Amino acid sequence: MNIEAIKSIYFFEMARTRRTLLQSVVSPVISTSLYFIVFGAAIGGRIQEIDGVSYGAFITPGLMMLTLLTQCIGNGSFGIYFPKFTGTIYEVLSSPVSMVEIVLGYVGAAATKGLMIGTIILLTASLFVDLTIAHPLVMVFFFVLTAISFSLFGFIIGIWAKDFEQLNLIPMLVIPPLVFLGGSFYSVKMLPPFWEAVSHFNPVLYLISGFRWSFFEVSDVNPVFSAVIILVFLAICMSVLAWIFRTGYRLRN
Amino acid sequence: MAPIVSVSNLSKTYASGFKALKGVSLDIEEGEILALLGPNGAGKTTLISIICGIVNPSGGTVTVGGHDVVRAFRETRSMIGLVPQELTTDAFETVWNTVTFSRGLHGKKPNPDHIEKVLKDLSLWDKKDNMLRELSGGMKRRVLIAKALSHEPRVLFLDEPTAGVDVNLRKSMWDVVERLRASGVTIILTTHYIEEAEEIADRIGVINGGEILLVEDKAALMSKLGRKQLRVDLTHPLEDVPDTLSSYNLTLEGDGHCLIYDYDTSAERTGITALLAALGEAGIRLKDISTRQSSLEDIFVEIVGAGR
Repeated sequence: MNIEAIKSIYFFEMARTRRTLLQSVVSPVISTSLYFIVFGAAIGGRIQEIDGVSYGAFITPGLMMLTLLTQCIGNGSFGIYFPKFTGTIYEVLSSPVSMVEIVLGYVGAAATKGLMIGTIILLTASLFVDLTIAHPLVMVFFFVLTAISFSLFGFIIGIWAKDFEQLNLIPMLVIPPLVFLGGSFYSVKMLPPFWEAVSHFNPVLYLISGFRWSFFEVSDVNPVFSAVIILVFLAICMSVLAWIFRTGYRLRN
Repeated sequence: MAPIVSVSNLSKTYASGFKALKGVSLDIEEGEILALLGPNGAGKTTLISIICGIVNPSGGTVTVGGHDVVRAFRETRSMIGLVPQELTTDAFETVWNTVTFSRGLHGKKPNPDHIEKVLKDLSLWDKKDNMLRELSGGMKRRVLIAKALSHEPRVLFLDEPTAGVDVNLRKSMWDVVERLRASGVTIILTTHYIEEAEEIADRIGVINGGEILLVEDKAALMSKLGRKQLRVDLTHPLEDVPDTLSSYNLTLEGDGHCLIYDYDTSAERTGITALLAALGEAGIRLKDISTRQSSLEDIFVEIVGAGR
């Protein structure tokens, strides 16, 4: 294992986060605060509790997931796409590093950054609403696994993307609807039966539901099922990556 | 001594169907400077990319230091430094960080003393805290060399190191190459500039259309293929080459003021003595005599032209 290389890639990526601190950290804090002002204070005051949880608190896990998914996909894809775009990828490819080490460096950094921002949002949220976490270990389980698997997903997008449009396609066009329609701001039980059934085809619903269960012990689907879904998603991402590495897809061809 | 780099029957066909390499075989000896000459699209960069592990080969094998570049990539890539053709740099990184990053990628523990030495050798020390985007093209080129040297490689690939570099910098680049060779590093460089190969290489390989047309000791190549030309300036112009001189295959140039005689330096008899005597017998008066050796450039054009 080339530990020095993993460290180099990891800290190189984290250094970029430091350089773009304002954009990386301050902007999610501001957008989260805006969500709380709009949904928590202005509108939330007129909304009843959902499943016995105040509306402001109810949306917190969803907001964390929204940011976590977009941040992890964004960082994971950008981290590998950018050197591909500028050409500096030649150096990584000609170094004595295995693909597993490359992934540990890039995906590790993307997941770390996602977790940092997710934590910041949690802290910001706690300024607006009373939050208790019923099952901290389960919460960490969903938090960390989601960060890792969506950073991996982002990494795959970064390898696949041939231009900036493709790079932004999934994070901009696919993820927001899935998150918004996955019960970030409501319980899918509030939907008409047909749309509730449709919602169950949305994988993000399971993430948000499981994550919310770890906070409030309320969920749209069985949390065990949520855990299975995230593990399956992680396994799919790892298999796709294994295929990419075996074939050299869009990297060594 | 076993070659440090051994390429055997290497082929590469890209997904588009383009055959970039067609069964290339090449041995590179430790400590030498090999120049790979070839027109654009000849396969130079593909060859280097496969040896360095950036591109997967379609067939054939490459060993570096006795290790297979695919199966034992850690061993081979640790030995290799690569300076790419394109000036690809992380615009927002500092010189120091990017060179340190390269060392780490190659699995070497941090060694600020070595990085300092490399930067000083390349006259980059006073720029170590500058961002790469603030540097000129020539400096960026040197940063790429510094990155390639950061992990103390035994084999250095320079892919067109002096493309778009001014004359002074090119000369200083050659000095760098010379110093590296003196320290025992094997250097493979690709170039368009024949002058560059002529100046610094020990051996020259000519590649075209994905095939190695020849690999030869530079001096041997020059003398083997080196045609010489004898130019005789005449006092009085001639209208035609006299019949008595027809066996010499002379050409008349400069409105009949100049006779050109091509001869082969490696031949047993060049025929110069006999020609001069024959000129005297024919009553032709000579004004001046000069000879010219064909340059590597002429040789190159000849080989690549013949290969077409």
